[in-house]
Amino acid sequence: MTQVLSAFAVWAAGFALNLWLANGPARDTAATRLAVPMIFGATILLMWELLVRGLGVPTVILPPPSMIAQTFAANLPVLWADFTQTILKGALSGYIIGCGAAFLTALLVDRYDYLKRGLLPLGNFMAALPIVGTAPILVMWFGFGWQSKAAVVVLMVYFPMLVNTVAGLQDTTSMQRDLMHTYASTWGQTLRLLRLPAALPFIFNGLKISTTLALIGAIVAEFFGSPTQGLGFRISTSIGALDLGMVWAAILVSALAGTAFYGGMTALERRLTFWHASQRK
Amino acid sequence: MTKRWQFPPVLAMVLALIGLWYLAAIPMNIKEVLTAAERAGATVQPASAQERRDMSNLSLVFQNPGQIGDSWSTQRPILPAPHNVLVELYDSTIDEELNGRRGLVRSGSLSNRSLVYHGLVTLNATFLGFLIGSCLGIALAVGIVHSRVMDMSVMPWAIISQTIPIVALAPMIIVVLYSIGIQGLIPKAVISAYLSFFPVVVGMVKGLRSPDHMQMDLMRTYNAGQMTVLSKLRLPSSVPYLFASLKIAIAASLVGAIVGELPVQKGGLGARMLAGSYYGQMEQIWAALFMAAALAAILVWAIGAAEKATLRKMGMAQ
Repeated sequence: MTQVLSAFAVWAAGFALNLWLANGPARDTAATRLAVPMIFGATILLMWELLVRGLGVPTVILPPPSMIAQTFAANLPVLWADFTQTILKGALSGYIIGCGAAFLTALLVDRYDYLKRGLLPLGNFMAALPIVGTAPILVMWFGFGWQSKAAVVVLMVYFPMLVNTVAGLQDTTSMQRDLMHTYASTWGQTLRLLRLPAALPFIFNGLKISTTLALIGAIVAEFFGSPTQGLGFRISTSIGALDLGMVWAAILVSALAGTAFYGGMTALERRLTFWHASQRK
Repeated sequence: MTKRWQFPPVLAMVLALIGLWYLAAIPMNIKEVLTAAERAGATVQPASAQERRDMSNLSLVFQNPGQIGDSWSTQRPILPAPHNVLVELYDSTIDEELNGRRGLVRSGSLSNRSLVYHGLVTLNATFLGFLIGSCLGIALAVGIVHSRVMDMSVMPWAIISQTIPIVALAPMIIVVLYSIGIQGLIPKAVISAYLSFFPVVVGMVKGLRSPDHMQMDLMRTYNAGQMTVLSKLRLPSSVPYLFASLKIAIAASLVGAIVGELPVQKGGLGARMLAGSYYGQMEQIWAALFMAAALAAILVWAIGAAEKATLRKMGMAQ
């Protein structure tokens, strides 16, 4: 009971602290901007721990964060092997192939108006489809190894990336294009010096959307068949064994990988598109 | 100005894709076809199946050009030709309901072997999840716009929550909810809701903040309270943003429902796909996939139609 009460006390304290930080004298500093979400997250974790212990929730349903952390620390080699199998081999290779292919297609589509009017509506349509559903087919074609996971990822990231890149390549004004024309610059020069830089914000938007899609594709594809390692395999087999600590540890790995992947792309974006309005301070 | 008639580009692309599909079906299915032809007594180029196993599909095609036609009508294709999928789609929807033993005509209820039934199961979960997700998203957005603390503390976590591949964790959510006695529609809807709330939050925050200073100042001169500003200015001006995000949300919610059906084999398009993959019924998977695609198209189209009608009523249509 005291644990349940202290959970609410923690919540009240965290909320009061955030309220003071967000509206108090330090409201616009960078430290506050970082601290507020951190405090919010820490409050949630503490409440989770206290409530699970206080209410006696069975660990089969919801393990406390401390137990997840323990399992995570105790199984680092296993989780690292899963990480290599799913993220590095499956998701990353598919991501690179898919985004690269979409980029090249976008260049083609941008060059030929006929292709643009034909492929773009199709691409928009395909981007809304449940492409995850092709996972069983691709696993059957490419086998249980990482190749089939990469294939699912390629299909999943291709259309969002294509649509975004094409939209980006069109994002120049006729004034700018005319200027390049008066310089007698070739198509390649215009592309390199004007249109690619102008398209970068859109390209990064596509790349960022694709990071999550890539992880989803790689993990879901493992449910349809995988070697005896991989995050999807770990999750589905640990559920069978009711080893919820391990399940959550695998989730933690995928969450960390997803956030790091996304964060990495955002950092790269900030470096390359520092001139864009959305990045200026 | 006379408009030159042009072959519609989209149609051309679709035809090209279908053509590619038929071409790809030849090498994909050639091994099965040759095995069947050998059993039927025809002479095929490398005579034994063992030799054929180690050869590439393409060289088999070139050595046995006579068997190409059979690639599009083989019994157990690796890549079924488009017309095979359409036949399967017809068989498992209209034909199954009209003539099947358990179909609508004979038994009075939808057959559990038909895609109509499975599509409806998926649609139910999609709608419930979409409803929960979009209501939650709107509520969260209203909170974020009105409270600085919520904006600063919730928004970063909402973004981080989307970098977690939650669809992949769907089976766990379902099993956990199952173990505390919740099953059926709710677990699938929870996953759908999780996927659909984020686009709504982002779109609505943008929409609720879209009124400019002039409009906000006008409300202030009327001495309007926060609730009045919300209902008379912020909500109406966020409608275009809302519909744009609802379109994304309903597509995401369909994906969530399908993935949520994978671990529990109790009907739905996702269950159909997994069953097809277990039993090697490629046509069944493709038919379920087509059904899902059609559903997604119809749902997005329906929201688009609602958007057009609403905006016209509100006088905001372009």
